[in-house]
Amino acid sequence: MSPRTPGADLPEHPDALWRNPEPKRSYDVVIVGGGGHGLATAHYLAKNHGITDVAVLEKGWLAGGNMARNTTIIRSNYLWDESSAIYEHALKLWEGLEEDLGYPILFSQRGVLNLAHTLQDVRDSVRRVEANKLNGVDAEWLEPDEVRKVCPIVNTSTEIRYPVLGATYQPRAGIAKHDYVAWGFARRADQAGIDLVQDCEVTGFTTDGDRVTGVQTTRGTIGAGTVALCAAGHTSVLTDMLGIRVPIQSHPLQALVSELLEPVHPTVVMSNAVHVYVSQAHKGELVMGAGVDSYNGYGQRGAFHVIERQMAAAVELFPVFARAHLLRTWAGIVDTSPDASPIVGRTAYDNLYLNCGWGTGGFKATPGIGWALAHTIAHGEPHPTVAPFGLDRFVTGALVDEHGAAAVAH
Amino acid sequence: MQLIPCPWCGPREEAEFSYGGQAHVPYPDSPAELSDEEWAHYVFFRANPKGRFAERWNHGAGCRRWFNAIRDTATYRFERVYRLDDPKPGVTELARSREEGTAP
Repeated sequence: MSPRTPGADLPEHPDALWRNPEPKRSYDVVIVGGGGHGLATAHYLAKNHGITDVAVLEKGWLAGGNMARNTTIIRSNYLWDESSAIYEHALKLWEGLEEDLGYPILFSQRGVLNLAHTLQDVRDSVRRVEANKLNGVDAEWLEPDEVRKVCPIVNTSTEIRYPVLGATYQPRAGIAKHDYVAWGFARRADQAGIDLVQDCEVTGFTTDGDRVTGVQTTRGTIGAGTVALCAAGHTSVLTDMLGIRVPIQSHPLQALVSELLEPVHPTVVMSNAVHVYVSQAHKGELVMGAGVDSYNGYGQRGAFHVIERQMAAAVELFPVFARAHLLRTWAGIVDTSPDASPIVGRTAYDNLYLNCGWGTGGFKATPGIGWALAHTIAHGEPHPTVAPFGLDRFVTGALVDEHGAAAVAH
Repeated sequence: MQLIPCPWCGPREEAEFSYGGQAHVPYPDSPAELSDEEWAHYVFFRANPKGRFAERWNHGAGCRRWFNAIRDTATYRFERVYRLDDPKPGVTELARSREEGTAP
């Protein structure tokens, strides 16, 4: 008989990647939301601008919202110049991120195929390829036989209901391990002296005229020189407290994984028309995403018929998946905007910055928006890559309509 | 699948319905006098509450009629469905219909 409790001789808990500090009474910068965008913003505030009196407030645990729920696709093949600029800026940062963070993020540039299934799809896709080339983004148009060479398991038969008529291909696109990305940013921010405060929900704001002076939280009131909102699907909950209107609607967006399979899927495939997007994680699961559930929802779950439709599309496009077992499904809450583009920048409050509206595509932007939002906070003026995405565009009419290239139906 | 109580057809599967967003957003009384900002708010800005929300639904695969609903966006529970031309139910009215068990 062992004198010790069974299990008591387990290995030591590994070193924590960040402290778990009590919040101070005030900070120069308070970031609301400890997901990818909030953590990246904290990292670049410290690294690029030497601003380290910063707190990142997270109501749950770090990176437990959409950062833990997305399908990790990274690409920059958007149609308009404004979008290309921010997403390509992000992609270039992704390419050096492992070195910058000193942490493995399993960034794998395996390319992305965006399939075209109708003649209009083909025209739109070819146009987007040409637009990408003009913006210095790598892009090619592939005919069906070339699609088959890049991804042999795609069903390119002409006999299916919506045959594959071709695809756009961005070779530099890919996937990364979302948790590692968050942990890498968090670790670096923490090392710089930034406080990452978990279990700290913002319940209100204190204001003085056109300035926000602090945030009220479940862990007390915290003074703030500047406040940045990085709360994705919950942004409206915060802006409602401040009386600011933001044109976003929060929807559940579902994704799922299969059991672990041998490597069968060498790239990332997205299809707008029949609607599914699929990659295979390093561990072996097929990771698939759906379109948003139609109604507004904060429940982090969605309806089963949405998943059924997504599976129907997946099995039609990839007959080899037909016998794979579903392991897990979940939903995140995405903040969709009227033009499927983000809303970033200044607000009616002088020292309050907004970062929302990334909708279904925020993960890929993580380092780019962190960089740009940190710059915006440090200089009090929008970084050039986010300047076109201000709240005022809904008044001026200068929308950046990316419903085509956003690639997730909403 | 969630059942949605159509006021005309009774409870039907969610897939029969389509969503129409926020209810009770009237067309501006004097559109010619609206500023750009007022237009922006009419066209693009809608409430996005976490909790009770008055919204429009269409029973597209059934009676094909529109109706309004009070639904909780955190629990997805329908509290009340009512005709498009009915006024928005007040809080006390919703509480009463819950007590009387007339809420769907």
